[in-house]
Amino acid sequence: MNMDNSVNYSQQQLALNQMFKDINPALSARQAGIESSRCYYCYDAPCIKACPSKINIPSFIASIHADDLTGAAKTIYKENIMGGSCARVCPTEILCEQACVRNKEEEKAPVKIGLLQRHATDNAEFEGHPFARAASTGKKIAVVGAGPAGLSCAHRLSLLGNDVEVFEAEDKAGGLNEYGIAKYKLTENFAQKEVDFILSIGGISVHYETALGRDITLDKLKADFDAVFLSIGLQDTSSLYLDNEDNEMVINSVDYIKELRQATDLEQLTVPKDSAVVIGAGNTAIDIACQLKRLGTEEVTLVYRRGEEQMSATKHEQQIAKNHQVRIKTWSQPESIDVDDNGKVTGMSFRKTYLEDGKLKGGDVQFDVACSAIFKAVGQKMAYPDTEQLIPTISNGKIATFHNQLTSIDGVFAGGDCTGVGQDLTVEAVQQGKLAAIAINEQLNVSTTTPLQTALSA
Amino acid sequence: MADLSIDFVGIKSPNPFWLASAPPTDKAYNVERAYEAGWGGVVWKTLGEDPAAVNVSSRYSALYDHNGDVSGFNNIELITDRSLEINLREITEVKKRWPDRALVVSLMMPCEEQVWKRILKLVEATGADGVELNFGCPHGMPERGMGAAVGQVPEYVEMVTRWCKQHSKMPVIVKLTPNITDVRLPARAAKSGGADAVSLINTINSITGIDLDAMSARPMVDGKSTHGGYCGPAVKPIALSMTSEIARDPETAGLPISGIGGIGNWKDAAEFIALGAGSVQVCTAAMIYGFNIVQEMKEGLSNWMDSKGYENINDFKGLAVPNTTDWKKLNMNYKVVATIDEDKCIGCGRCYQACEDTSHQAITVTSNDDGTNTFGIIDDNCVGCNLCEITCPVDDCITMDERSTGQPYMNWMEDVRNPHREEA
Repeated sequence: MNMDNSVNYSQQQLALNQMFKDINPALSARQAGIESSRCYYCYDAPCIKACPSKINIPSFIASIHADDLTGAAKTIYKENIMGGSCARVCPTEILCEQACVRNKEEEKAPVKIGLLQRHATDNAEFEGHPFARAASTGKKIAVVGAGPAGLSCAHRLSLLGNDVEVFEAEDKAGGLNEYGIAKYKLTENFAQKEVDFILSIGGISVHYETALGRDITLDKLKADFDAVFLSIGLQDTSSLYLDNEDNEMVINSVDYIKELRQATDLEQLTVPKDSAVVIGAGNTAIDIACQLKRLGTEEVTLVYRRGEEQMSATKHEQQIAKNHQVRIKTWSQPESIDVDDNGKVTGMSFRKTYLEDGKLKGGDVQFDVACSAIFKAVGQKMAYPDTEQLIPTISNGKIATFHNQLTSIDGVFAGGDCTGVGQDLTVEAVQQGKLAAIAINEQLNVSTTTPLQTALSA
Repeated sequence: MADLSIDFVGIKSPNPFWLASAPPTDKAYNVERAYEAGWGGVVWKTLGEDPAAVNVSSRYSALYDHNGDVSGFNNIELITDRSLEINLREITEVKKRWPDRALVVSLMMPCEEQVWKRILKLVEATGADGVELNFGCPHGMPERGMGAAVGQVPEYVEMVTRWCKQHSKMPVIVKLTPNITDVRLPARAAKSGGADAVSLINTINSITGIDLDAMSARPMVDGKSTHGGYCGPAVKPIALSMTSEIARDPETAGLPISGIGGIGNWKDAAEFIALGAGSVQVCTAAMIYGFNIVQEMKEGLSNWMDSKGYENINDFKGLAVPNTTDWKKLNMNYKVVATIDEDKCIGCGRCYQACEDTSHQAITVTSNDDGTNTFGIIDDNCVGCNLCEITCPVDDCITMDERSTGQPYMNWMEDVRNPHREEA
């Protein structure tokens, strides 16, 4: 990918970029050379098995070591066209790097696979796009949502010779990469550069500000296209069910992060100066807490009703929060949002909790945390547009998928966070989009299909 | 505390670590820094006839290992590029200031007796402890009929050595070139000529790599290159082998050897001594890390000797020579089989991949429910080649264990499978 930054940032934007510098800086060429030599080039490598997108990790690392960054990046992109962002946002500590056999050695230090992947994708140079499209199949597929799943699906479909139209509700593509990832993980305009890179394969047109249920319907897409891929993500957030939750300083973290990521000037943001409370225990909770600290909030307290062990944020993420001096209070559940006579948030009250026979119980101890803003990060939900006539089967609040990401509707596939598969990781979304694309292509082009390997080696 | 001092062909040195004739011993300034750091001796960079040699700019190149460390080193530098007068004056001064250290002078002259006679008298006057005849330099000088051009012709080696012994009372060490088919021949010639010792190896003809943009080898002199002399850790196995050849050869057995080639730490040095070397010479390691490395070398050798109960260098000198033999004398009834320690195994599968692809299909792989693999040895298929042990990144995880065959020692000359066996 071309990492040149041709964008002319304003002074205000440069100040923001400075505030949100890369939390995990890139390796130098020398560091990458040494790190790549640590890979054992395992037989039946466990890292590949642990990678949701099945990147041939030992192969790309061997290419890095042999100074073939082009080959390394191609190996990555073959399986994961968003290898650049995955290198930055993947929780490698629970994926490839957790599986690395070097964890079992005395030094217990896995190969830094994520950083090596970033080294390859950041520094490889291609004349145009690395892959050429297969001969046209004449088929046309609709992709709803231009997040990681949708982009991955569109790219793979195009690669295999199909034409793709992507319908995106927002005015930019990228999904959570553009709007939801912590600003210190995907810095500056990386998300858009990656989108440009993916679309440079050709054969993909994107319709922006075009939302399902408002501007298009599944019914119509089914009629106009040979197949449909739904990757609409999650639109709604969970609630605390407390009084005063509608106060303007009780904020949905995902909304705030979206504003922050799109801000061009610090002035556009409401930053609590003295103190904020974050409710939640997932990566979004960590992300908002750390970003508030970077924005200058003096005291940030992250409160969770269970213990550290139960937090869905990984240990690595928890450490990031600690490194940002975020105070983490566990075993405490919110009881009330405290507001003064002028309607200003003044704090939050909590009750200590404990487990009894596996059930969470409220204890006798109560305490208050003073704060001027409360950030909710207690989970996101899918809100399938209620104006739609044709709705795939929803199971546990998400679109049910069957073999190869097929939904209950023939010709309609789905992937990404709107489905119930996996842990809502970017890399899983990419894989689901890819698998759906391959299935769609095979289904539509039984006799004419270009074998996948042929397409990739073109 | 072990006694590290040596008496090598009458040359006394507080320890066996000498700097080889090379850039580090080019002049008084370097040599005195080396002595200050603790080196037992130096072989002064080769002197030649005036006018002194002239060097090109861009002289060294290297081969790097996976970590970016130098594993092999290549140079196209010639012998000293300073006048004979300056060198001789400095040698005299340095020897006077450092009487307890060994100072050997390396020489390279045209094959004319009078020339050698003249230089030997000059060197003798400096008070130097001995001379080393540079019959090995593989680059530049052979084009002028010197260096390896002499070392590759045993008759010349013998002739020049004899002149040196006739015209000097100093010990004469003959430095051998490895760029030859059988190193025993020049070693025998040196001995016949009366040499007190041989030193080996000099550098090996080398091109460390090609710059694929410039399409030229390195080091590059205005877009062109030439082969150089190779040294450093990569050449140690070749040097050890040649050392053992001379130590084992009945015609040269007992001829003192100064071991050279890839010595960078005490272990390397101990290995050369175990193969019969009475002193060792170092160059590349000093050029990469500086002179202070001799501290760890001395300390390490001394500690190891203490742990083994060796009181001085002679106590273990040559102990590995009798165990270095001909293939035909190896025991055909000896058997080792690989064993994998499952507790230590990290599951990388390198042993399996290597054995399955390139060896004897003696390793099994079993998939576990958690996605990992377990590897095992098929004893009957294992030929004891050591490949799995070599590929295994974990210390002592794969070991080659001896299995009793119940058969007595029998070598290939006695083996019924040998159609050319010597009938009893």
